[in-house]
Amino acid sequence: MDQGESNFNVEDLFKPSDCEDALHRLYHFLDGELTSERKSAISKHLSDCGPCLAAFDFEAELKAVVGRSCREHAPSGLKDRIAAAIAEASESTPGTV
Amino acid sequence: MSLAAGRVVEMADSRQFSSDAMEYMSSLYGAALRMTRNPADAEDLVQETYLKAFRAYGSFQEGTNLKAWLYRILTNTFINTYRARRRRPEQTELDEGEDLYLFRRLGGLEAVAASRSAEEEVLEHFTESEVKEAVEMLPEQFRIAVLLADVEGFSYKEIAEILDVPIGTVMSRLHRGRKALEKTLHEFGVARGLVASASEAPA
Repeated sequence: MDQGESNFNVEDLFKPSDCEDALHRLYHFLDGELTSERKSAISKHLSDCGPCLAAFDFEAELKAVVGRSCREHAPSGLKDRIAAAIAEASESTPGTV
Repeated sequence: MSLAAGRVVEMADSRQFSSDAMEYMSSLYGAALRMTRNPADAEDLVQETYLKAFRAYGSFQEGTNLKAWLYRILTNTFINTYRARRRRPEQTELDEGEDLYLFRRLGGLEAVAASRSAEEEVLEHFTESEVKEAVEMLPEQFRIAVLLADVEGFSYKEIAEILDVPIGTVMSRLHRGRKALEKTLHEFGVARGLVASASEAPA
């Protein structure tokens, strides 16, 4: 890269500021909190930058792993217990409407 | 309104409430289990949440987000009831390390495109219970933010409303909580020999 040259250099449009910007917005990107404009700017950067893409893929996978691992089925009796508690509450509290 | 008519309305109300709200029971239970770390307490917490929600259903605004409303009740009930019951004070300090803690220690950001799946492969080796444990080790405020975002998929705005904090606080808790989670997983990985223990990330 011709750093220190006063001439405009296309390479300067990329690293490192693009990487910093992308990594700075990584969670916003993965959490779906970016405008479509920002999102596509980052997607564009990721298609050109292996290390950033790897970081995004890794964090996306970690987010998915956390989501999958923490999902639970409620115990079988819980729904009936709650229904009974609600029925009892609606019996014993007249005038709640 | 006559008593009898009132009763009919109540029954219709409770039926409406049940049909609308019960579909979230398993996800509420999952969150409750991560919060209380105990199945019996989690069941009680979910039941209490539904009872409170049922009693307050009249004030629930049709068309607003029922799931988020239930999570708000769940979270408040947890904080006010279960936390108050605990003897030791809630830990709020977080040993979080730097950004992308685990990823960096797997050689990420150094590696070129060719090996880009190597880091992800490590994730496959963590068991579900290790991931749960790592989540449960997060201090409560960070744990709840991570659960609401990564397990329930709530937006930052919804999480801010559920927790009654500014959006900036949500983002900071998520960011710090995720870093700490990676640090814990790294420790688990080292202990299991999945990850090399040379723990300094490349600068």
